[in-house]
Amino acid sequence: MTDNLDGTTPAKGVSAIAPKEGGGFPNPGLPPHVHRQADTDKRAEKRAEKIVAGMFVLSILGTVLFIASYFVFTPMDTNLLAEGGTLRAVFWSNLFTGLGLAIAVFFIGAAAVHWAKTLMPDDEMVEERHATRSSDESRDRAVEIITGGLQESGIARRPVIVTAMVGALAALPIAVLAPLSTLGPLPGNKLHHTFWKPGMRLTRDHDGTPIRADEVAMNSIFHVMPEGLTEETPHFLNERAKAAAVIVRIDPAIGKNEESLANGHQGILAFSKICTHVGCPVALYEQQTHHMLCPCHQSTFDVTDAAKVIFGPAHRPLPQLPIEVDAEGYLVATGDFPEPIGPSFWDLHKDK
Amino acid sequence: MTTTTPSSQKQDAQPGRVARLGAVGGDWLDQRTAGGGLVKFLGRKIFPDHWSFMFGEVALYSFVILLVSGTFLTMFFVPSMDEVVYDGVYGPMQGAHMSRAFESTLHLSFEVKGGLLFRQMHHWAALVFMVAIFVHMFRVFFTGAFRKPRELNWLVGFSLMVLGMVAGFSGYSLPDDVLSGNGLRVVDGLMKGIPIVGTYLSMLLFGGEFPGHDIIPRLFTIHILLVPAAILGLIAIHLTLLVLSKHTHYPGPGRTDRNVVGFPVFPVYAAKAGGFFFLVFGIITLISATTAINAVWIYGPYDPSPVSAGSQPDWYMLWTDGGLRLIPGWEFTIFGYVISLNILLPMAIYGGLLAFLALYPFLEAWVTGDDREHHVLDLPYNNPVRTGLGVAWITIYLILALGATNDLIALKLHLSINDLTWLFRVSIFVAPVLVFYITKRLCIAMQRHKRGLALHGVETSKVVRMPNGEMLEIHEPLNEYDRWVLVQHDDFRPLKAGKGVSALRAKATSFFFKDYISPVTPAELREALDHAAHEKHEIDAVTGGDYTVPSAKVGH
Repeated sequence: MTDNLDGTTPAKGVSAIAPKEGGGFPNPGLPPHVHRQADTDKRAEKRAEKIVAGMFVLSILGTVLFIASYFVFTPMDTNLLAEGGTLRAVFWSNLFTGLGLAIAVFFIGAAAVHWAKTLMPDDEMVEERHATRSSDESRDRAVEIITGGLQESGIARRPVIVTAMVGALAALPIAVLAPLSTLGPLPGNKLHHTFWKPGMRLTRDHDGTPIRADEVAMNSIFHVMPEGLTEETPHFLNERAKAAAVIVRIDPAIGKNEESLANGHQGILAFSKICTHVGCPVALYEQQTHHMLCPCHQSTFDVTDAAKVIFGPAHRPLPQLPIEVDAEGYLVATGDFPEPIGPSFWDLHKDK
Repeated sequence: MTTTTPSSQKQDAQPGRVARLGAVGGDWLDQRTAGGGLVKFLGRKIFPDHWSFMFGEVALYSFVILLVSGTFLTMFFVPSMDEVVYDGVYGPMQGAHMSRAFESTLHLSFEVKGGLLFRQMHHWAALVFMVAIFVHMFRVFFTGAFRKPRELNWLVGFSLMVLGMVAGFSGYSLPDDVLSGNGLRVVDGLMKGIPIVGTYLSMLLFGGEFPGHDIIPRLFTIHILLVPAAILGLIAIHLTLLVLSKHTHYPGPGRTDRNVVGFPVFPVYAAKAGGFFFLVFGIITLISATTAINAVWIYGPYDPSPVSAGSQPDWYMLWTDGGLRLIPGWEFTIFGYVISLNILLPMAIYGGLLAFLALYPFLEAWVTGDDREHHVLDLPYNNPVRTGLGVAWITIYLILALGATNDLIALKLHLSINDLTWLFRVSIFVAPVLVFYITKRLCIAMQRHKRGLALHGVETSKVVRMPNGEMLEIHEPLNEYDRWVLVQHDDFRPLKAGKGVSALRAKATSFFFKDYISPVTPAELREALDHAAHEKHEIDAVTGGDYTVPSAKVGH
């Protein structure tokens, strides 16, 4: 067993295979064949035949059920068990068409496998293997073809052609970059700015109404979007993906960061809702601890301390949106986020 | 036939006509395709039988089901991010703004006959496809089927596994629902974390800023054209190489590296494997008929603002999310530029795990210096270090996957998510080492046990007390067929450095084989049999060959 298949010994230097004493045990060869019931008992054979045929018949019944369900259990129109156009109708349609198809295909399979296992021969057969490598003659002929062909091409005698060819083949892949570059624009300064402008009101995300400072109760959270960001805005979703923010109101006495408090209004603080790790919306707010939690990867931000990261994979605090109150008592932004929102990237800290 | 009576002639004419028709058709085809040669080559090819060889088949058949159900879905799905207002049958979404992709998903789920069934079959088949690929891959790993001459086919299979993940991810992102949209957002974040080119890559993939208007049509092309074409091509190579190398078989009497023992393709495997396709098809259909999956109408259309807790990808992508959850917030700025280790490090770990799998056959071949062809499989316990490494790999994979569900675990078990994250952070280093050691020792224990079995045979529960008080149990020796399985495997020894063996390789062979339990040799067996015969002689002298207990004897 330490030899190669073709009888040679391993060529790759020293092997960790320990030779066996006397070549090890001799292989005893195939054990005597044990017959199955159906091979010897006519009744068992007949029974197996009936079972196989029966399962094929079951499959036909499944097919009938499948086709029938397509007409009597439809999601929108006729449905024996529910009114068309309802979720119940969809449920029954799915169940009966599915059961029909499952029975139709499963029992074809079960019948075929049972047929093979009980009635087809189960005597093990032996097929010889041959070493995978091609014969020496084939190899020699292959080498001959390749070297001969190379000689005919004159590749060795014409270095100029070879150099030029290598150059051409090396240059061509660079051409791929051109069509690739048309797939999208360059980043430019897009990632450094959002929809927020000075004087823009903060509005509720779900209905677009502006928020008065006195409506923000202590320890509450509002999901906000800039006023004027509507479905008519160009690149609506792109803008929402960057502008999404939350406001929370904390007791200024527990605030740990003067600058953060100064950018808010009487403890009302606005932060970007986009996690600085890989960009999920940081949607969960714990009122007791004043922590914001990202549901995707559990980065946790402390809103009493300028949304600094206190746990999880994010590194940068959530950028804070500077806000104040306008003449009518509504919350407005005094500017854009001071730094890019969302996941960190290479030239994040460069001014653009 | 000519001498039979008319009535029996009538009976015999039927098969005769079919056979004649087959002969005419076969001749017609063969004159145009030389198909006879193919039938001769494949028809009686022998395939060995074992339940563990079915996982690859399951993967192949689920892929066929994916193609069939996927084709149905393309008839109704519209890969467009144009915004529409929903007015279909699903009440809770009435009047909602959504992309046409999401709207057409709702339409095909609720209003197209059989639409929901085919959608669920497509999703379930994808999950089964990936399970089957993983289990098949580890069957191949633990039995050493990747050894020469099958290293290339291992790489082909590995590529299929990676492509399967790409196919799955690009597919479940298509409905443009909140859950998959956040998955894409994570991809966007990961790309942006790549130094220098990250933001460019993200802009190119999304056709501008996230989410833009291009990603769904682009993923659609990737999902229904590029990836399936690549998978089909690789499956063709995978199966061609399988036929070329012939299938491996488990060790057994009569089985060697130079033969293959089993059943012929026609008729046995045509029926078994063909039938098995229908079984897989039937079971996936049954699951899809009864169990809802990826109910996107509950998540709602994608909007960058909401996300809910308990956001998990499909199971085969879990591990890629786990590292992102476990990594601490490591990120630093150098010369004003950001290096996001909280993204790059997990990606490096994923790459390392995949690279280990892809390269393992070459690593092991380098250690053993074994360049023989292998067609008889290893029993996993006969290679304790390989098995230990494989189980350690799976352990890391599982911890990453569990890490990606830490919020669900914390919720269900009322644990602190921070403690849980720390537990996983520590265990990803500690657990694989422990698991490797335990697995290796278990394998060695099994090797010892099998060695004892080969030498002494099976315990008969008949214990005899000798006059000197010694207790002897009578053993029934194994027959040579049963014994062969326990003694046929290779013996390995660590190498010493020098003489063409580098110090590193010497260390590697020591790591692999220093505790290796050698298989029983013929001399050892002779000695054991002699000893047993001697013992039997002594027992017979005492008992007179009657082993019944004294009380039973009284009864007689």
